[in-house]
Amino acid sequence: MEELINTLKAQIIKVLNLEDINPEDINPDDPLFGEGLGLDSIDALELIVLLEKEYGIKIENSADAKKIFSSIRTLAEFISENRKK
Amino acid sequence: MSKTNIISDYCKIRGNKIIINDNTEFFEENYSNFGNFIKTIYKSTQINYPKFYKMDDLCKLAFVTSELILKCNNLSNKYKPDEISVIISNSCSTIETDTNYYNTIKDNSNYFPSPSVFVYTLPNITIGEVCIKNHFMGENIFFISEKFDSEFISSYVNNILDNNKAQACICGWVEYNKDNYESFLYIAEKNTDENNNKLIHNANNVKQLYLK
Repeated sequence: MEELINTLKAQIIKVLNLEDINPEDINPDDPLFGEGLGLDSIDALELIVLLEKEYGIKIENSADAKKIFSSIRTLAEFISENRKK
Repeated sequence: MSKTNIISDYCKIRGNKIIINDNTEFFEENYSNFGNFIKTIYKSTQINYPKFYKMDDLCKLAFVTSELILKCNNLSNKYKPDEISVIISNSCSTIETDTNYYNTIKDNSNYFPSPSVFVYTLPNITIGEVCIKNHFMGENIFFISEKFDSEFISSYVNNILDNNKAQACICGWVEYNKDNYESFLYIAEKNTDENNNKLIHNANNVKQLYLK
């Protein structure tokens, strides 16, 4: 799980152009939106694309997204259980 | 032609050179990469605005140019948000970002349209970035023309100022494509006693500054 969390940190920094943030700056339990990394709605869409492109996962139920995208850790747990590649 | 409006400040960025109000503030001919060049300038402004890194290159150019003139003339200290307009023009619209976006959708077997690229496929997003950062809420519009049209821009902006639709306007030209980048933004304001030594805002003076 820790390896996947570290991979996700690097991928998120890259696809969301978080240039001033290093992987070690991100606490995997911090909220992704609002506080924490302070991501916005476009970032959320980009993360959905990341899940599909890198892990073959489509989020079918948008109501689940809030829980899945709570933090890097919840995202990693979801990927670990549902990844197709 | 209006004689009551003036050009209070201007900034030009082209050829890795930055000129602000006739003074060359930065010149480094060794930058072959626009991304590195504009990031260096952004960092030199000491503005902490992480959203800069999410912008496309056209927006980065408009954003940095506007921040450099606003450092000379902080319009927010003088006017209400709805009294400050932003009027920008260029010829290539968002062609580079349009192409980048197309590259995310052209292959059906690798079809992953990027939302963060898509949002920059309209040129007026450049104005949006400037307005969001500075909370400007005045009239704004982005024009497409074959080349910088000082006659049209100065006339349009004078009309806005003369009809009290705005008290000040950031206006000019911001162009970016893979072979070329160039920005020329200036502030047009209504004249006051403090501004007596400033250039009158008319087509000829705007053109002279642009060509200088």
